[in-house]
Amino acid sequence: MNHKAKLLRVLGVSSVAAASFVSLGSASGAASSGSIPKGQPVKIGISLSLSGDFSADGQAFQQGYKLWAADVNKTGGLLGHKVVLDIVSDASSPTQVVTNYQKLISVDHVNLTFGPFSSLLSLPAAKAVSRYGYALVEGAGGAPSVFQAGLHNIFDVSLPVANDLMPFAKWVTSLPAGQRPKTVAFVTSNDPFTEPQVTTIIPILTKAGIKTVYNKVFPAEVTDFTPIADAVAAAKPQAVVLGSVDVPTVSAFMQAFEQSGFSPKAFIATGGPDQGSTFIKAVGAKNANGMMVPNAWYGGSANPLSKKMVAEYIKQYGGTAASVSSDVAEAYSVGEVIAQAVKATGGFDNSKIISYLHSGVTLQSVQGPVKFNGLGMNVNPTAYTFQWQGANFVQVNPLGDPNTVKILYPKPAWGK
Amino acid sequence: MNTVALLSAAKDGILTGSVYALMATGLTLIFGVMDIINIAQGILVILGAYLSYALQVHWHIDLFVGLLITIPAMFVVGIVIERLFIGRLKGPERTAMSILVTYAVSLLIEGGLNMVFSVNDVQLQGWYVTRSFAIGQVHFGYIYVAGFILAGVLLGALYFMLYRTRFGMSVRASLADQTSAALVGIDVKRVSTITFGVGIAVTAAGGMIYGATNAFNASSSYDLISRLLTIIVLGGMGSLGGAMFAGILMVFVGDMVGVIWSPVWSSLSYFVVLVLVLLWRPQGLFGKQSARIA
Repeated sequence: MNHKAKLLRVLGVSSVAAASFVSLGSASGAASSGSIPKGQPVKIGISLSLSGDFSADGQAFQQGYKLWAADVNKTGGLLGHKVVLDIVSDASSPTQVVTNYQKLISVDHVNLTFGPFSSLLSLPAAKAVSRYGYALVEGAGGAPSVFQAGLHNIFDVSLPVANDLMPFAKWVTSLPAGQRPKTVAFVTSNDPFTEPQVTTIIPILTKAGIKTVYNKVFPAEVTDFTPIADAVAAAKPQAVVLGSVDVPTVSAFMQAFEQSGFSPKAFIATGGPDQGSTFIKAVGAKNANGMMVPNAWYGGSANPLSKKMVAEYIKQYGGTAASVSSDVAEAYSVGEVIAQAVKATGGFDNSKIISYLHSGVTLQSVQGPVKFNGLGMNVNPTAYTFQWQGANFVQVNPLGDPNTVKILYPKPAWGK
Repeated sequence: MNTVALLSAAKDGILTGSVYALMATGLTLIFGVMDIINIAQGILVILGAYLSYALQVHWHIDLFVGLLITIPAMFVVGIVIERLFIGRLKGPERTAMSILVTYAVSLLIEGGLNMVFSVNDVQLQGWYVTRSFAIGQVHFGYIYVAGFILAGVLLGALYFMLYRTRFGMSVRASLADQTSAALVGIDVKRVSTITFGVGIAVTAAGGMIYGATNAFNASSSYDLISRLLTIIVLGGMGSLGGAMFAGILMVFVGDMVGVIWSPVWSSLSYFVVLVLVLLWRPQGLFGKQSARIA
């Protein structure tokens, strides 16, 4: 009993100490005043998944952020202050990302914060920085759950994910009945990025008379996709819609399909094929032929800002326009948006930046125009579908767009 | 219920499960002889996969031929880790400390791999990686069948080493009672070092198969280690046969549940099996209280 009382006392004291520490941290790290002494850099705090499940995307995001910072610094920085990025790794953990932003603000005293990778991490990150009055501008947190949280400080510069697959669905339903797939399989990871995309188009395809022969969700922590892919193959769908977040998931499905002698007429994955050379290295260029992915940007974009960024990327990291991951553009766009907000508000005051971004102003980015609604959702971007055609990653949807090329359909057999 | 899907799931469970067993073999061998819980096993599997990758990309060496290089190389890696870190652990807290030390080792290796190979996913390639043969409507991937055979051969070789060689006798004597083994002239430290090396060497084969069936980077090790630990606990810590049986059982149950109900329940299902088995046999299916190599 005595031991229990002691334990409770220790816990009580610890709780008070912890609460005091957090309060002190909040006070000392409260949203920056907006002015930085002349000659001092502007510090931007970022938590990125440099290890763990999202490490490949985290690395690409880091490239995008660094590329933007280098470009800004070449032209004198932000309001004459050199940009310094304070990047810490969250190991793809939603818990660590909170700790990281608390440290970045209360200990490192960063002036601004940029978002991490994925909706899974952007939401806890936004909640953490909102306690300090900071804005969180991010490029990979477009899931509905992020906006439904009702936060006032989060701004996603990319395409909201729920409608990503709409151009694909419209294209499928626009096909003449004789060419349209008769059956479809929906298989998705239980991730806030993938599930909303897949579930949005199920009623559209069903209404068009396409029969669903497989519809299952798999947990994000699955390591062996073969049995799931084999079950999909056994159902023999003519179209496959895969809710994936990374290259290993898509590559495992492709490999299992090939081993099963199964090649769907249309195969679209929500993430993975947009990872440029990483995707090609994992699956092989021939197998990639015909694979589709929804997104708002690709390396061949005609946007002049994008062309400039791609040229600089290739100069620095090598490769081709098709090999540039869309993560790079998403991160770069974050920097562009915040730079315009800083310039317009004349400082680094986060409350002014938040108000400005909510004002309905249209900003420019490598992904195209950006305009936020009250939830921080970008209402301007157009959803596209991209496809690997040989070594080229091309835009195949929406129909009628001048940059859209003819879709490769049916998808060639594996290795062709 | 689609019969082809069910048969395919059963096939996947057996073939993939054997590869997991192969990856877990080193873990259970090391625990059986040394009472060391090697949390670095996952990253060592990935290191094995990266060694095969490097041989393939830079010297165009076939994945299976490359095992002639990667298995000895991983043996050396194991010896170095044992000498630098594991061998220095003493006292009654040795087993608990081994978890922390091997975790630190895994972080070191992960950092090194990220520096050398970057975090971008890669996958091992070969003509047999995507090809298959069919029995009825069920397709058998060559790489999975090869992995199954490789697991059988390597586990058989380990059995032979343990039960048909003088060194194996020393290992089993050390396992039964280290003090008594030392009294009859067995160099227990040397036996431990070599056992650790052997335990790590076999991960080269498991890593190669893993890398040929999955795109991977250094972070893939985190998904692996939890599965491998589950296998050796279910099979009985220290039991080679237990690891093989538990590896197949775990993946088989998960795959069947995934097909019959939903993949969402796959992971949970083998943890349910694990809990039920441990309630019945706390030492695992094939674990023994005194002599764990069985």
